[in-house]
Amino acid sequence: MITRALLADDRTGKWFLAIVLGLAIVVPILHLAVPETSPFHISTATLALLGKYLCFALLALSLDLVWGYCGILSLGHGAFFALGGYAMGMYLMRQIGTRGVYAHPVLPDFMVFLNWKELPWYWYGFENAWFAFLMVMAVPGLLAFVFGWFAFRSRVTGVYLSIITQALTYALMLAFFRNDMGFGGNNGLTDFKDILGFPVQANTTRAALFAASAVALALGYLAARAIVSSRLGKVLVSIRDAESRTRFLGYRVEHYKTFVFTVSAIMAGVAGALYVPQVGIINPSEFLPANSIEVVIWVAVGGRGTLAGAALGAVLVNYAKTTFTTGLLAPYWLFALGALFVVTTIWLPKGILGKFNDLWERWRSSRAEKTETKPAPVPQLAE
Amino acid sequence: MHRFTRIALLIAALAGGWLTGPATARAAPEDLAAGLALMAKDSFNDTAAGIDAIARSGAPHAAALIEALQDRRLLIGGSNQKIYYRDAAGSVRDAATNEVVAAPPADLSAARMNNRVRTAASAAMGALSLMNPDPARRIQAAQAVMKSRDETALPVLDAAIAAEKDATVRTELQLAWAAVTFVKKDATEAQRLEAIALLRNSGTRDALSILRTLPADTAGPAREAATSAISSIEQRLQLWGYVQNIWYGVSLGSVLLIAAIGLAITFGVMGVINMAHGEMVMLGAYSTFIVQEFFRGYAPGLFDYSLAIAIPLAFLVAGGVGVAIERGVIRHLYGRPLETLLATWGISLILQQAVRTTFGPTNREVGTPQFMSGAMEIGGLVITWNRLYIVIFAALIFVGLLLALRYTPLGLHMRAVTQNRRMASSMGIRTGRVDALTFGLGSGIAGLAGVALSQIDNVSPNLGQSYIIDSFLVVVFGGVGNLWGTLVGALSIGMANKLLEPYAGAVLGKIILLVAIIFFIQKRPRGLFALKGRAVEA
Repeated sequence: MITRALLADDRTGKWFLAIVLGLAIVVPILHLAVPETSPFHISTATLALLGKYLCFALLALSLDLVWGYCGILSLGHGAFFALGGYAMGMYLMRQIGTRGVYAHPVLPDFMVFLNWKELPWYWYGFENAWFAFLMVMAVPGLLAFVFGWFAFRSRVTGVYLSIITQALTYALMLAFFRNDMGFGGNNGLTDFKDILGFPVQANTTRAALFAASAVALALGYLAARAIVSSRLGKVLVSIRDAESRTRFLGYRVEHYKTFVFTVSAIMAGVAGALYVPQVGIINPSEFLPANSIEVVIWVAVGGRGTLAGAALGAVLVNYAKTTFTTGLLAPYWLFALGALFVVTTIWLPKGILGKFNDLWERWRSSRAEKTETKPAPVPQLAE
Repeated sequence: MHRFTRIALLIAALAGGWLTGPATARAAPEDLAAGLALMAKDSFNDTAAGIDAIARSGAPHAAALIEALQDRRLLIGGSNQKIYYRDAAGSVRDAATNEVVAAPPADLSAARMNNRVRTAASAAMGALSLMNPDPARRIQAAQAVMKSRDETALPVLDAAIAAEKDATVRTELQLAWAAVTFVKKDATEAQRLEAIALLRNSGTRDALSILRTLPADTAGPAREAATSAISSIEQRLQLWGYVQNIWYGVSLGSVLLIAAIGLAITFGVMGVINMAHGEMVMLGAYSTFIVQEFFRGYAPGLFDYSLAIAIPLAFLVAGGVGVAIERGVIRHLYGRPLETLLATWGISLILQQAVRTTFGPTNREVGTPQFMSGAMEIGGLVITWNRLYIVIFAALIFVGLLLALRYTPLGLHMRAVTQNRRMASSMGIRTGRVDALTFGLGSGIAGLAGVALSQIDNVSPNLGQSYIIDSFLVVVFGGVGNLWGTLVGALSIGMANKLLEPYAGAVLGKIILLVAIIFFIQKRPRGLFALKGRAVEA
């Protein structure tokens, strides 16, 4: 019922949810039930790829929540994604048990290799799935809360905020590259065996992970939609458009910003956690500042401030990336990506979905004029 | 007894004129013969002893012989196992007479070597070079003796010291003497004390490690003197270590300053973080590469002057690209700083890939002109010339910009636009033109940075990427609208980085620094030197 109330005004959202949930059902069936000889069969590789896209879509969604609706351009969202991924990776490492190369009952291989004698304290508890899943949300959430609290309270805004979020992910990258951090250094965490008792590589597990990603994306969408369509969401938009004015009206701007930043980081963390078992590895290069900037372009291409558009942009750009980087066109991918940044910012400031919505509105109003039943003027958002 | 006369002869020979005069040509022919006889046995112990004998013999071609042995050009064979050697030109000479042998025996084989022979050979070469006419070679030889601490070199060393006229070489020789004497078993206490005093005065790391090898049986004043000398040198080295670190800090700071100052200008005037700034630096570096290639191909003799062409060219190339970017892209994004950031990031990707496609993904070789290579030493401080030149270059750019902003019409306009864009526009300043020129200027300076960085870093398509985040931090830390902020920001970040390194390691030091800057921004969200007033609160 809440869902219906949320989606009452949201035509795009209905479509979006229908597609995502449809994928959650159809794709696993096509993978598991359809024989391999059939043209409709979805191979393991394709399934993993699609699952990856969905995780990226959730990450883009989380960024759109802060950037599209609150004007916080985070260039460090990849860090939250990677932290969620590492939390999941730690759980998966503990599940390996004695099946590692060194067959140590407690220590993961890389710790045995580094001659460590006991598990560092921050690895405690990760053998429990519930604890690990809690950490997937808690670690990015807590970091975002603390970071946001300090930054927003000091009124660090605009490019300054972007730069320090970039510094944040850069610092984390350097830290995770260190072997003595206890996260596998350069190689990261890999060679996973089981998740919740099911083998990670099995087709059924893969299909289930894909469905879980789709459901997470749908839930993420609903959560984000709930936030932006509430009163709180209106305040967020007003902060985006006129921060000082909102503050003078008596709103504690920093509280709103910290809240939405934290929620967004949690969503990014969940995306990372679902990403890791599907690609089978997490390493410090996920913290690369360039990765985080790329997420921004997904959102910009799809349509900033449209939620569904961000997810769409993530899938489109990553599909293009896969197509480009696997073929003869590989040397030209960076040209294409660079051009995408430039073209989107100059000619498509509202992104694909924003443009589409504009065209749709124009078409509807022109049709409405023809039938001469003028609708009540829709209040326009002040930009 | 026998040996003593030989040494006396040798000293006489030295005094007589560096073993080259005709009077010394046959200084000790029986030593040469004895040495060669020993070598002819071709057993390792005998060869080593033979080397010593040959070195003592003072034969004019002694050095050539030992060198031949080191290069495996010393040959044994023929009737009654005679010694020959093949000289650098390739002709075979008789080792005893040093005359070219027209028809060498067929069964010649190279003398065998082991580590012992090698050590003896290099020590002997060291001793022989102590009397080389070239002072640089003599210094080298003295240092070799100091490393090997070979007692047999002592008599030659004494002679060399007595004959030496060049003060620098003399110090080195004395140091070598001290090093040998210090570890010599039968040195008198007075000699040992003198050696310790010499080592202490030199204050180098080498001297320290020699002093630490104090023989266990030393007692009394020598031991005390050595201990106090060790602690004195340690203190001195520690002090110089700090100075060296500060210099490294200044050097890194100047690199950061060069890389960031162009960014600071564009950011200050336009409120835009130019993500393609690093690629402007890269373009500057590649311009240097192209100019150098041109010089290598057409005028190798003028290679040292290539930088004189590279500097203005890099400025023009990067500046031109900058103006083009401003006119083509950034102009359309006024008032949307975050979108500008994204668009410039896109441009940076395109430029990187363009360079990668044109020049290939690997590092390109950029040479260092003669006057910029090498290093100088001030006390315990080692300063490489290229770093010094970069510090000077950074200072020149900084002062030049400061003056340009202060005294040129463009500078006036730029400052006006920085402080209040709309007011400046109302006063008739064409802000669009100022923006384009500012962007060109900032990019041009990035190109200059590229020339400098090409001297110390790899010239690859990723060159810009490695500096861009640091440059942002410098600008954000220093605050905008004020070049002094950038200067202070660059120097403090460079300094903090290098001073943290010895304690925390390079990576951890960097992490600490990043976190510190993140916290600093909370305290001063507009940087160290923030512009005051209403205009910046837009």
